[in-house]
Amino acid sequence: MKHESIETNSGLLIVLTLVVISIGGLVEIVPLFYIDETVEKVQKEITTAEGETRMVEAVRPYTPLELRGRDIYQREGCYLCHSQMVRPFRDEDLRYGHYSLAAESKYNHPFQWGSKRTGPDLARVGGKYSNEWHVQHLIAPRSVVPESIMPNYPWLLENDLNYASIRARMRALKAVGVPYSETQAEYETNVERFGKEVARMLDINRAEQNLVAEAQREDFDGKPGRITEMEALVAYLQVLGTMVDFSEYEEGYFAEFR
Amino acid sequence: MAQTAIGPSEEYNYEIVKKFTILALLWGVVGMGVGLYIAAELTWPFLNFNIPEITFGRLRPVHTTLVIFGFGGNALFATSYYIVQRTAQTRLYSDMLSNFTFWGWNLALVLGAVGYMSGITQSREYAEFEWPVDLLIAVVWVAYFWIYVQTLRRRSQPHIYVANWFFMAFILATALLHIFNNLAMPVGLLTWKSYSLFAGVQDAMTQWWYGHNAVGFFLTAAFLGMMYYFVPKQAGRPVYSYRLSIIHFWALVFLYMWAGAHHLHWTALPDWTSTLAATFSILLLMPSWGGMINGIMTLSGAWEKLRTDPIMLFLIVSLAFYGMSTFEGPMMSLKSVNALSHYTDWTIGHVHSGALGWVAMITFGSLYHMVPRLWDTRLYSTRLVYAHFFLASIGIVLYITAMWVAGIGQGLLLRAFDEYGNLAYTFVESVAFLHMPYMVRAIGGGFFLAGVLVMVYNFAATIILAKREEAAIEAKIAAKMAKAS
Repeated sequence: MKHESIETNSGLLIVLTLVVISIGGLVEIVPLFYIDETVEKVQKEITTAEGETRMVEAVRPYTPLELRGRDIYQREGCYLCHSQMVRPFRDEDLRYGHYSLAAESKYNHPFQWGSKRTGPDLARVGGKYSNEWHVQHLIAPRSVVPESIMPNYPWLLENDLNYASIRARMRALKAVGVPYSETQAEYETNVERFGKEVARMLDINRAEQNLVAEAQREDFDGKPGRITEMEALVAYLQVLGTMVDFSEYEEGYFAEFR
Repeated sequence: MAQTAIGPSEEYNYEIVKKFTILALLWGVVGMGVGLYIAAELTWPFLNFNIPEITFGRLRPVHTTLVIFGFGGNALFATSYYIVQRTAQTRLYSDMLSNFTFWGWNLALVLGAVGYMSGITQSREYAEFEWPVDLLIAVVWVAYFWIYVQTLRRRSQPHIYVANWFFMAFILATALLHIFNNLAMPVGLLTWKSYSLFAGVQDAMTQWWYGHNAVGFFLTAAFLGMMYYFVPKQAGRPVYSYRLSIIHFWALVFLYMWAGAHHLHWTALPDWTSTLAATFSILLLMPSWGGMINGIMTLSGAWEKLRTDPIMLFLIVSLAFYGMSTFEGPMMSLKSVNALSHYTDWTIGHVHSGALGWVAMITFGSLYHMVPRLWDTRLYSTRLVYAHFFLASIGIVLYITAMWVAGIGQGLLLRAFDEYGNLAYTFVESVAFLHMPYMVRAIGGGFFLAGVLVMVYNFAATIILAKREEAAIEAKIAAKMAKAS
């Protein structure tokens, strides 16, 4: 076939172009949904209230409070300066900890791996600093890190957290595959997968109740009477990278998946 | 001009081209202005002023969206509508539909930019528009496709000129990318918020398949379409090699779609995917340079034009930058280089050598060629074109060298160890190091923006001149008619 026949036929040009541009994406994206090793199997042992030990999934969906914190993280564009993806290098291991697993972001709609580190990686920031440090650092970063170029976020502590739409948010996430539960059967499945304690937090019917209880129990923002946006954001930051306890796995276990 | 002859401005729909051109200039100034401001915020963080709407995190998508889709997008609509009419020698299909693409596209930009400042974002780079705006863009894009196809079908030539292949590939690929990368579940029909359909590793892959091909098709294939019309026109010579244009077109559109995963080297993405992407990224050097060679060699035998024609300077220098950044890109996609460059300002510098050096410079050259023809006059000042060229060139050089220093410097600091094997620097020490390069970058951006302002002034003066000439001719005709009667 001469190229002239394509140049003189707009329909043929369109069809052939569509075919040619579709191949790359099909080959690289579609298998990621079907190859099992793409996302690692990560389980951990728990002891139930009845005293028996059993294996459950280590990585769980976010609690309602953490979820709202993640929404705020997205809203403020944190991902533009902070990655959440530790790479398997010695310097990153020393600085941030174990390299990130695919499993650790399996419930992240959308992913927040980022593309630029104007600030440090946050994939394992959870538990590294106290709640008080985070609050102070978010209000006025240069008061704790003088060389920092991060903006101040004082409004996070001023704004009360809006959680009126928390159920709608969890339902939307459920629709795209996050195992939040709404029926009794779904709740039972979650008890099986994550253990009772976690399953209760994933229950959409108890969303507001759970959110308020977590805020009151942990008091992330240091304001006992109030639930601010800061509360949610710090709750989210404090859970990052803490779901998988790497000391429990043999060295090389995760390398099998790569 | 004889009264009876129908000028090109009546035969073709130039009104729509003019509108898109003016909006491209407007968004260019605003988008680059915001870029300069956020560059200054990174240098002097007090500029965030504790105002949520203007913090770096919210303004950065405003900058990228307004320069890529505002400046670049409107310039592409303008030039593609101009080129398809000129090369098909027919009027653009449907004035109404083309007006819809104008209003729809620019409404999407306004909604997007205001939304980001209010915190409404999908947090997907270069696809931050939330779902209602995504739907609007999808409808506009289908209309754009339809206009393009219908205009091509009405062509009075058997052949479809090469520039149109590139525009067609750009329209098709952008549609494909836009639809699949923005699949999301809204929280409610009356809310702006949505959650992406995919999560984690699959979501990352989809996003960077989109992100890289936004560069590949929006910022490359489409601007090559621009190049294939305006370089031969301005040079007054045919395209260097017809064969090369065929080969590099098909190779480019095929290979680009594989390269996205090089944005995810060393991440939780499986190795097979990122290795495949690196391989195709290196192959991509060939069709990229094919395009560069085809463009630059078009001037072969007429090199002296570089001494006399500043518009030619813009076009040829843009191709040189295209060649440079399409060499740098494959190099950065090597895993060992990427280990250092990823997450640093080297990437930002690379993007800007493409965006400022290639995309913006080819656009400036094309607009300088097109604007006088649209308004049926001559350019107000050639000396100002030279001034713009030198301001822009100085700006780019400052910008990209500052980012090389920042990126490579930070990469080296972060992987440095002391004699005991401990980390030699804390993270924040690398941030302190960035201060000087960031300042130089902001200065470079300032030069570049100043050049754009010179161009806008030149065009404003040109248009005023054209209006005056038109009024004078009309007055003369009216006087003659009065005398005759």
